[in-house]
Amino acid sequence: MTDQTTDTIPAATTSASPKAGGGLLGLTKKDFGLFLLVIALTMLAPFLLNPFPENSAMAQFNAGYPDLMQRFVIFGIFAIGFNILFGLTGYLSFGHAAFLGVGSYAGIWAMKLLTLNVIPSILASMLVAGLFATLVGFISLRRSGIYFSILTLAFAMMSFALAYSVLTPITGGETGMQLQYFDPRILDAALEPGQTPRANLFGLDMATSTNLYFGNWVFTLNVGYYIAAFCMLIAFYLSIRIFRSPFGMMLRAVKSNQNRLNYTGISPKPYTLAAFVISGMYAGLAGGLLVAMDTQVGAERMFWTASGEVVLMTILGGAGTLIGPVLGAGFIKYFENIVSKINEATLHTWFAFLPDGLEDVVVAMIYPFVGKGWHLTLGLLFMAVVIFLPGGLVQGGQKLVGLFRRKKADDKTASSHTPAE
Amino acid sequence: MTKSNFTRRGVMKTGAVAGAGLATPTIFTSAVWAQGFTNEPTGDTVTLGFNVPQSGPYADEGADELRAFQLAVEHLNGEGDGGMMQTFSSKELDGTGILGKRVEFVTGDTQTKSDAARASARSMIEKDGAIMVSGGSSSGVAVAVQALCQEAGVIFMAGLTHANDTTGKDKKANGFRHFFNSYMSGAALAPILAAQYGTDRNAYYLTADYNWGYTTEQAVRESTEAAGWNTVNTVLTPLTQTDFSSYIAPVLQSDADVLVLVHYGGNMVNSLTNAVQFGLRERQANGKNFEIVVPLYSELMARGAGENIGGILGSQNWDWKLENELGAKYSGTNAFVQSFGTKYGFPPSQAAHTCYVQTLLYADAVQRAGSFNPCAVDEALSGFEFDGLGNGPTLYRADDHQCFKDVVVVRGKENPENEFDLVEIVEVTPTEQVTYAPDHPQFAGGSLGACNPGA
Repeated sequence: MTDQTTDTIPAATTSASPKAGGGLLGLTKKDFGLFLLVIALTMLAPFLLNPFPENSAMAQFNAGYPDLMQRFVIFGIFAIGFNILFGLTGYLSFGHAAFLGVGSYAGIWAMKLLTLNVIPSILASMLVAGLFATLVGFISLRRSGIYFSILTLAFAMMSFALAYSVLTPITGGETGMQLQYFDPRILDAALEPGQTPRANLFGLDMATSTNLYFGNWVFTLNVGYYIAAFCMLIAFYLSIRIFRSPFGMMLRAVKSNQNRLNYTGISPKPYTLAAFVISGMYAGLAGGLLVAMDTQVGAERMFWTASGEVVLMTILGGAGTLIGPVLGAGFIKYFENIVSKINEATLHTWFAFLPDGLEDVVVAMIYPFVGKGWHLTLGLLFMAVVIFLPGGLVQGGQKLVGLFRRKKADDKTASSHTPAE
Repeated sequence: MTKSNFTRRGVMKTGAVAGAGLATPTIFTSAVWAQGFTNEPTGDTVTLGFNVPQSGPYADEGADELRAFQLAVEHLNGEGDGGMMQTFSSKELDGTGILGKRVEFVTGDTQTKSDAARASARSMIEKDGAIMVSGGSSSGVAVAVQALCQEAGVIFMAGLTHANDTTGKDKKANGFRHFFNSYMSGAALAPILAAQYGTDRNAYYLTADYNWGYTTEQAVRESTEAAGWNTVNTVLTPLTQTDFSSYIAPVLQSDADVLVLVHYGGNMVNSLTNAVQFGLRERQANGKNFEIVVPLYSELMARGAGENIGGILGSQNWDWKLENELGAKYSGTNAFVQSFGTKYGFPPSQAAHTCYVQTLLYADAVQRAGSFNPCAVDEALSGFEFDGLGNGPTLYRADDHQCFKDVVVVRGKENPENEFDLVEIVEVTPTEQVTYAPDHPQFAGGSLGACNPGA
């Protein structure tokens, strides 16, 4: 924050600047390819996630319904933002869910006071989460390592406790906050008593869905999902730009050796604070979208387990990689929503072909790992990933690719890591 | 900070891509719903969604609710001994499913978090095609899921939810509650407290610091004050508190002679244990025996608190001994306990009872209405009077979709014989005493609105 640093930044950055502006949208060919892949995946998600025909036994594993698809992209945004902080600067925030929660509350209040249109609400979410992140970051970033983590955790738990009880008038406490027909909403016409307020984008209801039928397959195209997906694409694009920018390079420098930066006469604080605030605003965007898709906020989304979840997502997918956090988010949300719904009765129908005694044994063996035991399975998988694939799912993908084209692998993998300086 | 060099070509390419992206969502603007209402069952089966806490602090209640749901589904499909279908005053259900369609169900984990509960309920509605969602073990969750069901256009049959708001300011046309509420607890307890402990008592409240705590404390406070009691102090305790010593100590310094613990679940187990450890049960204050009151009792909590619950008064929605002790007015109780006990080997909790009853009530309403349409169900259930489901004559009031029935006041047994028989029934407060006007101040605000059949 000294005068000295502001002078040195431009000098330092221009020299490190990669060849930007060459490709489409200012991305290198490789990044643009990745971006196109993500665009294709998100736009075709309703089809890709519903590979099994309706009424088949495997339909249980279909994930292509609006709620889960929305969660995939929203928590993808959350994890992308977290990764900008954790993946680049190495600062492990254990309280990121607080920004998600604060963003959600801001979003719902915008919908209560201003309009049911989602755009002001999402902007309010990002703004308020950004301000809150500035405050928390300013204080927490005075320390690094474990102390930083503990400080952020403390802030998050404080926010949770406040939202849960003390601030009940503005957060709804344990019951959470919902839209009511009698909310003031100064920009909208008043609703009839008892009429359900619905979030919309210029009159386009978030819950609007179109079902496409192909034989036994049903695909649901949902307005809310595509709006959330569009936000995620912007978020993803910005994250690529940040990763490849001189600013991103400075953040990596903070991660690799902060003392060296200090000795060079550069204060890392403005960079880390900027990263923290950006990351907080990503969380705010995710929170705002959650509200836009499902107009309700519960304080639990700020609980420390929610903060831990985004850490898991990022590490599981691959911290510091572009696509990793999105994969991790999808992975965890899939488990939470699909595996947790497999109950004993479902298992019995699957293994009905076995003789009775054997069926019971098999079901008894599998049951602890599904249904309410999904945490157990997720924990085991997480351990496996951390032990065998420290680079997360992305490393797993790279290994798979490497298996198929071993010869060319050497020069390919080397280029994926931009050399520092 | 990036040095940007805009070229005409670059801008046009970027614009084209951005435009395509912007246009994408607007392609899918037309809602195509061939159906008359959300998730109309078209095959020969109908799916119900049972959304219960399978992890977290109320997992025990959730497990018991799930057992009851499974039992109800069996009975609806004509398996087992039929349970309360034999005693139910409405004889529409015949064991062939609902409207001839076989009943299937999906389950989900609410984790006792409103977010998780809504996610789970949405997946039931959007993915599994559930036509009705039931369950839950906390008012926060019930309010959240009820609002969701209203939006989505399916029926919500609340499980264990006791706060006034569920059928008060957060009531919804698509939501129905069979369980009793805070107000009823207060109204049922006050006369019995006055009769047992006198009308000149000084009460001290320890209240769990969240919505259910507030409404329950208010209900008990207003009812007992009307009976002549004096409120010394009310203290909010954090929900995550596990050691209540620091909250109990000031009680000893005050001139209170009754301690009301507005706690539930693990909170109640801990605070009661602390209170007993501090010797409050043996204490004399103002020349009277010091007493402890727990407004909402549950068997599962009583089991957790062990011998500490001996002699402590509280209220319940239902108890498995009702018919044995108080006669045929509460018929259905034994039939349910019988089939539950046969299947699982122990008597059901009140959470199990309310969930079982809600499932039967829903099935019966559909059967009577002749349609799964939420609006038809709404019409069939609103103002519906029934009997034979364990609580005596009961009314589903049309104004707020709350059931009105007798409230059981119980006392913890001093020397329980086994772990399922921990409470004794003191008295049953008749319906008239716990009935209130729909616009009672504790329930003010909010509106049922119109039923929503969905798209």
